[in-house]
Amino acid sequence: MKPGYGEVLLTEGDPRLAEDEERLVAAFRRELDAGMWAAVPTKDAASGRRQGLMVHDYSEIPPEAERVIFFPRAAGG
Amino acid sequence: MLLALLALGLLAAALLLPAAMDAVRARRAGSRRTGARVPRERLSVRDPGRERRAEQRARELLRSCLNGEEWAMYRELGFIRVAGRTIVRGAGEGGRAADSDRAATGVGDESPARAGAADGPHRAGEPGEPPTDEHSYAYLVYPHKPIVAYEPATRRLLSEYCVEFPDLSDAVTGARLPDSDDVLAKWMALTGDEQRLLRDANMHLPGRQLDPGRVRRDLWRLEEWERRRRRSAEAPRG
Repeated sequence: MKPGYGEVLLTEGDPRLAEDEERLVAAFRRELDAGMWAAVPTKDAASGRRQGLMVHDYSEIPPEAERVIFFPRAAGG
Repeated sequence: MLLALLALGLLAAALLLPAAMDAVRARRAGSRRTGARVPRERLSVRDPGRERRAEQRARELLRSCLNGEEWAMYRELGFIRVAGRTIVRGAGEGGRAADSDRAATGVGDESPARAGAADGPHRAGEPGEPPTDEHSYAYLVYPHKPIVAYEPATRRLLSEYCVEFPDLSDAVTGARLPDSDDVLAKWMALTGDEQRLLRDANMHLPGRQLDPGRVRRDLWRLEEWERRRRRSAEAPRG
């Protein structure tokens, strides 16, 4: 999520493919290094409840995740 | 006769002179604008539709992340409610404790649950679960306004959490997230790491930025909205 623009697609790929995963990891690190927060919207299969899962490392992304959303880190307003 | 014509001619010339000088100045300025090479980055033209398109994309993204009830709430009321997750136990059980995934963080002082710690045990809400009377607190999330913590059982306002998501890489333009992205960022941060968001926010007593009367009206609107939804869900179909 980019201020002034909304949703911007950074990169996409299949994490099961080594080349794609390398690109995804690089994009993930680049965004976190730029000070962004990363979250994965999740849905509990049993209850249907939805929530955000904050991820701090690429390895924390659930394998079934379809997307990771980056947004500017929070600051006191 | 000749003298009269001459006087009229002089008068007309005097009247037309300022207008003629303005026209010449404008022409010179125009030629300078077209002749000068303006740097490309200064030629940026504001696109009035950009913010509207960004908001449309943001709404789609938000819709894809929330459950049906939350999305309907945002669409129809302009805010969403998120159940608070920190468990507060009664004093007899040794004070408060956070729920499982943040019990080890040792934080919690910022939690609105602290406000009700003396009231006895409270149950933590699950994300996406409507708060019940058992829940100690919940939040109202507005776009680009403070997050308001309140007690669902009493409608008592607990605190305001002023938080924003600034673009640090482009602080000059001061661009901000579209409304729906701001709500989504707050929702993800609250449901994903409530304590961290509250630590980063500036906490104030209710009324600092939002009119408490307006927030109470919103709580009343929310109750009415939920009552209508329940009624329509219970109404026999066919």
